[in-house]
Amino acid sequence: MIDILWAVQDKLGCIDGEAMSLIAEKTGTYRVEVEGVVSFYAFFSSVRKGKIVIRLCDDIVDRHAGVFAVAKSFENTLGIKLGETTPDHWFSLEYTPCIGMCDQAPAALVNDVVVTNLTPAKVKGIVRTLKKTRDPRALVTKTGDGNNGHRLIAAMVKNNIRHTGPVLFDKSPAEAGLKQALTLSPGGVLELVVDSRLRGRGGAGFPTGKKWRYAAAAQAALRYVICNADEGEPGTFKDRVLLTERAQLLIEGMTIAAYAVGAAEGILYLRAEYRYLKAYLEHILARRRSRGLLGDNIMGKAGFHFDIRIQMGAGAYICGEESSLISSCEGKRGEPKNRPPFPVQSGYLGLPTVVNNVETFCCVPPLIARGPKWFTSIGTPHSSGTKLLSVSGDCTRPGVYELPFGVSVQDVLDKAGAKDPAAVLIGGASGDMIGRPEFQRRICFEDLPTAGAITTFSSHRNVLEIANYYMDFFIDESCGYCTPCRVGNVFMKQGLEKIMQGLGEAGDLDYLRELGKTIIATSRCGLGHTSPNPILSSMKSFPLVYSALLNAHPNEFQAGFNIQSALDEARVIAKRRSLIYDVSYGDEE
Amino acid sequence: MRKKRVATVSLAGCFGCHMSLLDMDERILELLQDVEFDRSPLNDLKKFTRRCDLGIIEGGCCNEDNVHTLRDFRNNCDVLVAVGQCAIMGGLPVMRNAIMHSDDPLRECLEEAYCSSPRVYNPSNQIPNDPALPLLLDKVYTCVDVVKIDYQIPGCPPSGDVLWATLSALVRNEPIDLPYDMVKYD
Repeated sequence: MIDILWAVQDKLGCIDGEAMSLIAEKTGTYRVEVEGVVSFYAFFSSVRKGKIVIRLCDDIVDRHAGVFAVAKSFENTLGIKLGETTPDHWFSLEYTPCIGMCDQAPAALVNDVVVTNLTPAKVKGIVRTLKKTRDPRALVTKTGDGNNGHRLIAAMVKNNIRHTGPVLFDKSPAEAGLKQALTLSPGGVLELVVDSRLRGRGGAGFPTGKKWRYAAAAQAALRYVICNADEGEPGTFKDRVLLTERAQLLIEGMTIAAYAVGAAEGILYLRAEYRYLKAYLEHILARRRSRGLLGDNIMGKAGFHFDIRIQMGAGAYICGEESSLISSCEGKRGEPKNRPPFPVQSGYLGLPTVVNNVETFCCVPPLIARGPKWFTSIGTPHSSGTKLLSVSGDCTRPGVYELPFGVSVQDVLDKAGAKDPAAVLIGGASGDMIGRPEFQRRICFEDLPTAGAITTFSSHRNVLEIANYYMDFFIDESCGYCTPCRVGNVFMKQGLEKIMQGLGEAGDLDYLRELGKTIIATSRCGLGHTSPNPILSSMKSFPLVYSALLNAHPNEFQAGFNIQSALDEARVIAKRRSLIYDVSYGDEE
Repeated sequence: MRKKRVATVSLAGCFGCHMSLLDMDERILELLQDVEFDRSPLNDLKKFTRRCDLGIIEGGCCNEDNVHTLRDFRNNCDVLVAVGQCAIMGGLPVMRNAIMHSDDPLRECLEEAYCSSPRVYNPSNQIPNDPALPLLLDKVYTCVDVVKIDYQIPGCPPSGDVLWATLSALVRNEPIDLPYDMVKYD
């Protein structure tokens, strides 16, 4: 379904009512189902957009790097406001959440083409080129390093690999892991993965070996291996680099997983923002097929069949959550599913499914090739191996760093050349915000778990504004299925804004804490389980910032209620003043 | 021991909660052993004569007069109790807050109510605007949006029994344990 919708969206610039009815008719479903899917994803639109859609990345890092000025410049040059389309239907301009380019912010997507390091001055040239060539690809004059220069990617994106570690950038020969795995029985491979104590790199840190064992043990005719490349967490871009530079390793890892759990089919779920990588990944898959590394009887192993298809996402943060991702692969709205049953028992199409992060799969081949002993010798007792960190924000060397688990935040900041760091967000929007006294804490599952995003903020930044930004993000990305998340996050934001306006009281902090706890306890999926974190963790790490804004209101009126603004509308309609609250009438207020 | 002074008011409500208050029937005589009423529709006193121990609020705030009265109650009562759905959550009046995706929701609401709705008979096509009418707020606010509220008694209306049990415990300063069937609302 998503593939059909992409094709229609690309062709028509929209998926209008007529198209939806036709799609429903041809696929034997109801129009409302199609409309539900279209309205869910940010990259689908029921109204016609321009042929060239400019999506500015509105991440907090981009904001600090000046995306507002860039936006203004685009507005002036194109003569339209954000969210509008030019009358000739050539250009649309809009904001989009993090596109995974925080290390080269501000960035934008022009259709599928990524444009990085924007400045207001560059905008004129960009628009001129676009108007002349009508082809976003013309914007790429100089391609980035490594595979970004590959003819099928040809992107100006830079990898910014700052530090290579022993696992992901391991120098052992290609396919060594797969070769080794195929000499073992599937059970033997499972054994190795369990012994390595490899944990999922997507953030939750579930033991990979355990997950694979469950899937292998589930009774089913068919099993699936899905790679989660829907890297939507603001501030994360490590998978982008892995997909660009280590695609072979990733597919190798997926193939080993398929062998271990007995899966015959795999899906690579690629986020819409990384569509510029799709042609290249297809090419890698095709090459592996021709070399007998995918398809039937892989590497001559009789009876081991496995192939992978790429499923495009369409712009939804929640699809990074595994059950939502599965819904999306099934062509539905990317809403989370109830669990149990867990995906390993009943996932894609009701079949046992292993969903792992890009980085997790990339860890597998070196681990098999060199053995679990080597793997556990790196990192900490409960977090073996290395972690690929995406560092961005106020630092001189933003980029990806492969460092062993257990590295301290301070070390990372030093390596990245953080400028006057005052607050660090570990793990993106849903992670923890920590202050200077906690910079000695270590990045590992025992202490500070992260999916890889490290966003640094200097002492010039407003912690509350940052927390507020992330609340906006969650309100936007909540799928709306369950009330605690849909409504609770809005209340969290209102509570925070009240404090920011200086109207807060001591009780408001308790209220936020309580509300946050309720949202975490009662939400249906990971989004709601983590969405109060920006506020809760910043309250914990920066209590004085919050308390400095509090005021006491001795008369027991609610400071958040402003009678004057509440009356403004009625004054205009009635064309008269208030007998009670307009001072000239001499009453008490 | 002096009698506790109690004030009551109905803001944007339907007086149903006050009716329910009267549903405590002859027990009100018993209550009057411990309580005297100050400002209240029950005795038609329009202003506070003295500071009160307990203020009972029915209804939320839909106009400036409601806000003024409620703040007056907050200033003159030690303990405020919001009674009934309208006071606590906005009740029926709060339905107008559903007009939220408009640039001018209040005007849209008034026009629908007085002019454009098919069942309206209003030849002059005017929206009532007598200077004596208090100005409406941009939306309906619950009591707790406007002032601090100490206790809430839910129900639409809360039954006379619930009101009796809670209020009598409150004026006597006793703990209360409401039986399940008294607070079951379906």
